[in-house]
Amino acid sequence: MKYTLSILVENQAGVLSKISGLFSRRGFNIDSLAVGVTNDPTVSRITIVANGDEYVVEQLEKQLNKLIPVIKVKRLIEGEFISRELSLIKVHCAAAKRFEILKIADLMHAKVVDVAVDTVTLEYCETVEKINTLKDLLKPYGIREIVSTGTVAIDKGKAEVTV
Amino acid sequence: MISGADIMVKCLQAEGVDTVFGYPGATICPFYDALYDSDIKHILVRQEQNAAHAASGYARARMRPGVCVATSGPGATNLITGIATAYTDSIPIIAITGQVRSDLLGRDVFQEADITGACEPFTKHSYLVSKTEDLPRVFKEAFHIATTGRPGPVLIDIPMDIQTNKIENFEYPEKVNLRSYKPNTKGHTVQVKRAIELIKKAKRPIIVSGGGVLSSGAKLKLQKFADMTRIPVLSTMMGIGVMPSEHPLYLGMLGTHGRRCANKALHLTDLAIVCGARLGDRAIAAPDQMSERTKIIHIDIDPAEIGKNVKVDIPIVGDMNNVLKNMIENVGDFRINDEWDAQVKDLKAHYQSKISTFEGFVEPRTLIGKLSSMLKSKAILCADVGQNQIWCANNFRIREGRFFTTGGMGTMGYSIPAAIGAKLGLKKRDVVVVCGDGSFQMSLNELSTIVQNNLNIKIIVMRNYRLGMVRELQDNYYNGRHSATVLNDAPDIVALAKAYGIDSVEVSSNEDAEKYIGKIVESDKPFVLVCRVHPDTPSIL
Ligand SMILES: Cc1ncc(C[n+]2csc(CCOP(=O)(O)OP(=O)(O)O)c2C)c(N)n1
Ligand SMILES: [Mg+2]
Repeated sequence: MKYTLSILVENQAGVLSKISGLFSRRGFNIDSLAVGVTNDPTVSRITIVANGDEYVVEQLEKQLNKLIPVIKVKRLIEGEFISRELSLIKVHCAAAKRFEILKIADLMHAKVVDVAVDTVTLEYCETVEKINTLKDLLKPYGIREIVSTGTVAIDKGKAEVTV
Repeated sequence: MISGADIMVKCLQAEGVDTVFGYPGATICPFYDALYDSDIKHILVRQEQNAAHAASGYARARMRPGVCVATSGPGATNLITGIATAYTDSIPIIAITGQVRSDLLGRDVFQEADITGACEPFTKHSYLVSKTEDLPRVFKEAFHIATTGRPGPVLIDIPMDIQTNKIENFEYPEKVNLRSYKPNTKGHTVQVKRAIELIKKAKRPIIVSGGGVLSSGAKLKLQKFADMTRIPVLSTMMGIGVMPSEHPLYLGMLGTHGRRCANKALHLTDLAIVCGARLGDRAIAAPDQMSERTKIIHIDIDPAEIGKNVKVDIPIVGDMNNVLKNMIENVGDFRINDEWDAQVKDLKAHYQSKISTFEGFVEPRTLIGKLSSMLKSKAILCADVGQNQIWCANNFRIREGRFFTTGGMGTMGYSIPAAIGAKLGLKKRDVVVVCGDGSFQMSLNELSTIVQNNLNIKIIVMRNYRLGMVRELQDNYYNGRHSATVLNDAPDIVALAKAYGIDSVEVSSNEDAEKYIGKIVESDKPFVLVCRVHPDTPSIL
């Protein structure tokens, strides 16, 4: 089961290592992790996407809550939150293929951020699923490099994860 | 102007600390210099690990946090086993370590070790202090965190310049302000109601009591609840002492090394009320089978413990004091049915272990039973790890006293330093150590601390010339291949104790052992009694 945790922590040194240490210590893998400050500069938000069964997630939530600098942990409910990842994808692009690749970018609403003699770089901010689709579409041309952020996520509507 | 080191001392005083256990070195020298003029007693141990264990013994005896101190690098890393032991055993200690100067941090200079990083998995929280101004807040928070919620060790790592820097004035905060740390102590009343309903419906309820009942000081409430309802009580190793051993409702320690009657009751029950116990694998070997057989109410201050090892029907997060008080008020005149009551009596009478003896050796289980009655009612017994620990756990008849052992971590060498801490915490109590010949040799250097501080601690060494418990494991599971579990007959422990200035004898019969115990309990001097025990003496049965 894939799950997304939204964790509010004190914005202090060492917190990230406490959290990632907790995962590795208990033998849990992290698929993606993103950190950034919130509208309150003393609070950071860590978004973690990982895999595990119900028992594992429940344990993790409890263990995370035990860490002193952790203010709040919330498991986001499938279908009730928006998630995004940002990818920069550099594709091999001979002049003859440029039009095709730009067409794909246009179709997928990806932004062209760099064009060079034999590469095109696209910026794509989307859900993981859509990013995967774009990658599949670009694969035949030869993907040279992908740089991705971790997933960030926010509750839809009125629900929120705040201090 | 006041230096960081003076502030550290003042913080300890503000927390009411009268004794600290430690070992100095260059980076903690400013603190030691400030300590020199203070009224806080410093006990120089002989190895830092034992400073942490002594702090643990002190904490358990005094019901307040124990403090240990070490220098940076090797001093700090030597503390680790002691800190980890306190963590697993949920004992509140404060570990203070010196650190290299802030501007040298991260350069791998002489005696630099990332101790907050190294201790991350075994501290409840840790601080690497970066400003002298922060010291009062850090100390205040550290003591608060160590003692509230589930108790545990907190580490404060203090670079040397933070100790020498001076600031305008010292002010100790009155309150802590930690928005992210607010342990729930109350215990949800609706959950308690549901628990009571379940208890009233149960045919064969039992109480499984752990260390949490002792650390929260809820022992008498638990006894009261048991007395009112006549629900029988089992304990984990950390919970020994929750009930007087001779109490008609107490069935003893459960688990792989527990009493047969306790395990039998665990097997028969249809409702286990688990109080302040994490139910590790030594207590409940097959948690899945247990939750299939029986309903479980789990009460603990740490929500992460609930549902971790066994599936739970009714979880209650809260301080044992509050929850038990609530339960006592709401249980009414419920009493267990006569049938279960009779069955419990029967269990207690018939599932007593028979003890075989070896001619020419001390029978340790009989001796421990006898020892209980020769000590004062409030005596503290510190048992080490190994067969000696099991002999004590199952045969020491506790009355109003305490039983200190490391049931969670099982760290050999715990008993002697823990006894030092306990004795310094409660000077009037009889403090007795029972250890094995292996574990004795892991902390025998502390005999020197005992002598230097004139501590009246009696040490009983169960000398089987073996790492008995591991050897027993080899007998049972490794075809009796005694790989690395045989100790030779050096050292001569009697001569060794005498070399430290402690009187000592070796005995090889219960009669002699009792004769000496009778004598030594009257004296105010430490003593080492070496009991020759046959290597085939089993842990249980
Ligand atoms: C620090 C440490 N190392 C190793 C062990 C594994 N261990 C558990 S019991 C035991 C034997 C203890 O021997 P001794 O102290 O002589 O006690 P006995 O079992 O003979 O009574 C050992 C080696 C341990 N618990 N702690
Ligand atoms: Mg031994």
